[in-house]
Amino acid sequence: MISIDPDVIKELADKGLRIDRRAFDEYRPIKIETGIIEKAEGSAKVELGGTKVIAGVKMEVGEPFPDSPDEGVLITNAEFLAFAHQEFEEGPPNEDSIELARVVDRAIRESKAINFKKLCIEEGKKVWIIFIDIDILDHDGNLIDAASLAAIAALLNAKFPKLEIVEEGDEKKYTIDYEQKTDPLPIEQRPITITAAKINGKILLDPNIAEESAVEGEISMGVTDNMIASIQKSSPGGFSIEEINHIAEISLKKAAEIRGLLK
Amino acid sequence: MGKVIKMEQKLIVDGKRLDGRALDQLRPIEARAGVLKNANGSAYFRIGKTIAVAGIFGPREVHPKHMEEAETAILRCKYNMASFSTTERNRPGPSRRSKEISKVMREALMPVLFLENFPKSAIDLHVEILQADASTRCAAINAASIALADAGIPMRDLIASCSVGIVEGHIVLDVAGKEDTEGDVDLPIAYYPKRDLITLLQMDGMVTKEQLKQLLELAKKGAMKIYEIQRQALKSKYMEE
Repeated sequence: MISIDPDVIKELADKGLRIDRRAFDEYRPIKIETGIIEKAEGSAKVELGGTKVIAGVKMEVGEPFPDSPDEGVLITNAEFLAFAHQEFEEGPPNEDSIELARVVDRAIRESKAINFKKLCIEEGKKVWIIFIDIDILDHDGNLIDAASLAAIAALLNAKFPKLEIVEEGDEKKYTIDYEQKTDPLPIEQRPITITAAKINGKILLDPNIAEESAVEGEISMGVTDNMIASIQKSSPGGFSIEEINHIAEISLKKAAEIRGLLK
Repeated sequence: MGKVIKMEQKLIVDGKRLDGRALDQLRPIEARAGVLKNANGSAYFRIGKTIAVAGIFGPREVHPKHMEEAETAILRCKYNMASFSTTERNRPGPSRRSKEISKVMREALMPVLFLENFPKSAIDLHVEILQADASTRCAAINAASIALADAGIPMRDLIASCSVGIVEGHIVLDVAGKEDTEGDVDLPIAYYPKRDLITLLQMDGMVTKEQLKQLLELAKKGAMKIYEIQRQALKSKYMEE
């Protein structure tokens, strides 16, 4: 493991430079592979520079929430695997993995990426529950963007398993045949999350792990074609309103590029 | 099962909100410093029906020892909602939501603290939401900020927090009640006035970049009003003594 002094990162930023020679608004190379886990209803592996994550979509039939009886349910979870970084530990989700999962979930939910009404099986009784589980395999910075991209790619890759309904008197029994995949999920938006870091007063996108050690704050925005659907500031530090407006502007532009990589 | 028929109730009529407020008006606020005996610093902050109490211990020794940092104090934050704070009982114990809020709250407050003055020590901050009626993380930060100052912890400034939102197409300050559950956008901020920096920023909902701009400007105005109330709360404690 190479350690880089945060001061070096700051001095470089001051000169308009980055440790890996990228431009301030340039992402590391992105690689998306989908359908890599056969047992999952949908899956995607995303590499963002040295960061590697896998998202898997699994589905079950369950009960809707009482306040949305005709809508399906989305549950997002993230696991920081112990081999992904020397500081990650085995154990229950900590605040970082909880925040990551909640930020990924928020962009998908708030952008209305999933048409939840189309996940209703029987109003008030049975709906589809979608689980997005994200495994962090290798941490080289900007986990939020990698995980968000893997999540939407896995959703786009997912297909409903076959649902069999057997009526026994008044009772209906639901069984799922996971071997048979049917229609794709009702995905209506492709939210992309863009993370900007502030280093020595400069705003740059897609911070790598060395840069994350030198940030004065990070902001992640989940955006659709022309709207911002979610925002999270996720490390100590502060931003001026002008900086936030600038981040909104470049996030919308950059997201359009990255969205093009989704099938 | 019969369909539930929802009565449509407008949240904004003639530029007035359900509770009679103007679009850019905060709810009534009450803030007090030094409300607990044992804590090193404490505060009470009420905005409308949302009530937060914050208490501080520290700077003090770090337990467990392995959390200790050689060159700085650590700030440990806990945001918790009382079981009786919500209409339906809130299950006690930490939730994923409360863990996330505790994290962003800590990150919102850290910029004003001289943590480097207290190496190898901990500042423990606990905020209890006694009653929740939207914008609870903002109330928590406002109480926390007063409590930190009340504890005599060196600070560059107070952090003031409020929320803005979009309800039925209108931009509003200090989202409350039904506006929280039925509104389209909820955006809490925390503000560091002396440096003109936003130290907490979250958003749920769909906005254009022009709307985001307007939301942030209004939020800053609201936070400045809260900042004055926080300062007043601290002043009046020491005037009385």
